[in-house]
Amino acid sequence: MSGGADTADSFGGFVACAHRAGRLVVQPRMGMSRPRDMRAGLLATKRANATTAGTITVDSYTRMGDHSAARAAVAARASLNGYPIVTYDRGVTRAVLDGVAEAGFPVQVRHGSPCPEAIFAALIDAGLHATEGGPVSYCLPYSRAPLADSVRNWTRACQLLARLRDKGLEPHLESFGGCMMGQLCPPGLLIALSVLECMFFRQHGIRSVSLSYAQQTSADQDAEAVLALRRLAAEWLPDVDSHVVIYAYMGVYPRTPDGALSLLAEAARLAVRTGASRLIVKTVSEAHRIPSVADNVLALETAAAVAAAERRAPAPGPVPDTGIYAEARALMHAVLDLGEDIGRGLRQAFQRGYLDIPYCLHPDNARKARSYVDEAGRLQWASTGAMPLHGVVQPAGGAELTASGLLAALSYVERKYDGASIKAGAVRQLPAADGGTDAAGELKGAM
Amino acid sequence: MFLQLVLEELGHQVANLGPCVPDSLLISECLRLRPTLVVVSTVNGHGFFDGMRLISRLRARDELAATAVVIGGKLGIAGPGGEWSRRQLLAAGFDAVYEDGAASMVAFRSYVGRLTASVNG
Repeated sequence: MSGGADTADSFGGFVACAHRAGRLVVQPRMGMSRPRDMRAGLLATKRANATTAGTITVDSYTRMGDHSAARAAVAARASLNGYPIVTYDRGVTRAVLDGVAEAGFPVQVRHGSPCPEAIFAALIDAGLHATEGGPVSYCLPYSRAPLADSVRNWTRACQLLARLRDKGLEPHLESFGGCMMGQLCPPGLLIALSVLECMFFRQHGIRSVSLSYAQQTSADQDAEAVLALRRLAAEWLPDVDSHVVIYAYMGVYPRTPDGALSLLAEAARLAVRTGASRLIVKTVSEAHRIPSVADNVLALETAAAVAAAERRAPAPGPVPDTGIYAEARALMHAVLDLGEDIGRGLRQAFQRGYLDIPYCLHPDNARKARSYVDEAGRLQWASTGAMPLHGVVQPAGGAELTASGLLAALSYVERKYDGASIKAGAVRQLPAADGGTDAAGELKGAM
Repeated sequence: MFLQLVLEELGHQVANLGPCVPDSLLISECLRLRPTLVVVSTVNGHGFFDGMRLISRLRARDELAATAVVIGGKLGIAGPGGEWSRRQLLAAGFDAVYEDGAASMVAFRSYVGRLTASVNG
């Protein structure tokens, strides 16, 4: 998207090169507890027929800073939900990466931690320099840590990572801000947070960043949001290397293989149409379990093929402006007007309810904002709480939230894609795909 | 959030402790609030191990030895773990175990209905 760090062995440089060559970088989520399995997963990602970046996803004990639980699980040879990068000594992780991570295959560490310093230290020790998260996006949705602690921890972690620049490396940090809660957060707030977190990273010495945006409920609304995100990045981050990363839908995922793959294809088309550079994929087994390596390779290759086809398709028409850019800008100004220090601005903005994430139960979130999916399938505000959006957004107000109403909104995308898949199956008179028969209207046990 | 609304609509008061609740906080809140039912919802794939650890600590408190405690969601990293893990969790002290899926929600509502009837009766 913009210049700056362009050395081939930096994560940002690799993505920029691929973007210039007209290739979308595709990347899985992947983390195994055993080093041998982790290495095999990275190699399979590298060998997939696509332009790929590798991922080491950290387990959730390490993510929460509970390193003794991670050590005990490794000692007991229990299967964790990710790679315990702090528990293994650096020789082990270097051996996992040896001959795998290189200029043409950068590896990013993904974690979800509000206290990421030990993880950053471990990844730097292992010779890596790309990771992701943010003081807000890795605190409010997934932890109980006070936002003030997370801001302090993330400040130190950014400074630690930024020191790699003294050694001639260009460390890369991605904001997870465009993925808050996975679903039901309206796009204006998502993109504002993505830009603000990247500005926070820059304030603490990082010069290569990516801005995330998670696919939501409407393709048109998503396209408008990503274009607005790129415009805001050009305005507010003109002096750093940056690119946009799209996440395939992160909410309740379709249960049918056809439904899951067509939702992923829609995300790949969104990325190409809006000039995004990288895509984090989801797999056919998303709704059922942690995906296998084969599931991930299928998803990477599917997304890459759809992206290549989309590049050959006629350019889409202009995207109408329904006000997402103005909404995001108003939210950003509310934070930036609180002072020079962006971390303090973010903290105060949440304290005062200027930023308010719908359906987020964290004690530092104001919990006054509510959202819904309208008849056209677009995410809208039902209530904006104390956010400074008067004259920018007209919240719908209205009906009290019910379990069935929330469930309908949470499962809107799943029903749309599974429904289409089942209907197509019936028209073709093929037997229903695995899981297809019980997909419609299924209740989800969690959220 | 969804489970909170379901329970509220069934006529119950809910204290939602939010995500990633440490064992010690859950136990202290249980001692303070003395709930009729504790619902543990987990999706990260560590539910079996975390559930086993939590229930042994919780049942070790005399005051909570008889409190109804259920667990549900995605309990293992490989998808539904089946009968073995369910039996282990029940043997360790959970009153019910609900693996992710449609039938589980129906079973959960029906369990809450029975529990309420026995409390009120």
